[in-house]
Amino acid sequence: MALPDFTALVASLHEEVPGATFEAAPTVDLHATIYASRDDVPAVARALRDRPELRYSLLAELTAVDFHPREPRFELVYLLVSLEHRRRLRLKVRLRGDDARVRTVTGVWPAANWLEREVWDLFGIVFDGHPDPRRLLMPEDWEGFPLRKDYPVQIQMKPRASEPLQVSEQEFRANLQRDRLTRS
Amino acid sequence: MGLEAEIPVLTTTVEKMVQWARRSSIWPVSFGLACCAIEMMAMSASRYDIARFGAEVFRGSPRQADLMIVAGRLSRKMAPALRRIYDQMPEPKWVISMGACASIGGVFDNYALVQGVDQIVPVDVYVPGCPPRPESLIYGIVQLQRKIALQKLA
Repeated sequence: MALPDFTALVASLHEEVPGATFEAAPTVDLHATIYASRDDVPAVARALRDRPELRYSLLAELTAVDFHPREPRFELVYLLVSLEHRRRLRLKVRLRGDDARVRTVTGVWPAANWLEREVWDLFGIVFDGHPDPRRLLMPEDWEGFPLRKDYPVQIQMKPRASEPLQVSEQEFRANLQRDRLTRS
Repeated sequence: MGLEAEIPVLTTTVEKMVQWARRSSIWPVSFGLACCAIEMMAMSASRYDIARFGAEVFRGSPRQADLMIVAGRLSRKMAPALRRIYDQMPEPKWVISMGACASIGGVFDNYALVQGVDQIVPVDVYVPGCPPRPESLIYGIVQLQRKIALQKLA
């Protein structure tokens, strides 16, 4: 597996997304790394997936890194695999702490659905246009984003012993009534 | 309890009889949270054989169980589920907090874990260890049996 040529990569990406800016980054492994800008994300992702010489059809991982207190604070990391060309690519996107949002790539790789939910859950990065923007790991009423570097990790809180009601009292009584009717 | 010499009769009180029956058939609910559950399973398997103490029947339904062994770290998200399983168990019921994590949070001093399951359910016996060996857990169950034997009916 040789490192793909950065100039060739950018050239073929520019055919799909003219005017997009890219930046090469040094790597110690055999995975090429490029930085893309936040606003180009879905278009670049689609080009990476669809261009015949790229074909990064598999999103292996999507995660984030918090460089607090540096700005831009967050880096999104997309690990892509091209099964066809047996190549990997690391796509990174820098995000500012006061504007930590990016457009979703669930339309490009459906695997991004839960990965983006996880990043939202733990880093608080908003994915605009996500079809199901709920928390993935933490309880749904959780406050704060635990993997942020300024999160109080050893926070002491009283644990919740019961789930909030899933149905209203009226619905509950109606269900009871319905069950009695069907049983008798 | 006393065996009468002449006639084949056993005299006892209802209370002693009930205490004996309860402590000799502690049925735990199959409920493991983490690595402590491996030791709990080892305890129920043939090498350590908790059947010797009448507690071998791990029940799949909390409604048939009277002991909950909290085997492992309890996350905050899991806490309502644990409480619900405990609530589903019929009275009388007991809880063993197994290992350091269940008892005080263990090494996980962070936001995600409950720092001691006694914040969620009332605990009868704490078994220390990380994880406790099966012998420790058997000792905990024997301690619980002693406790049950002293529980008044009224």
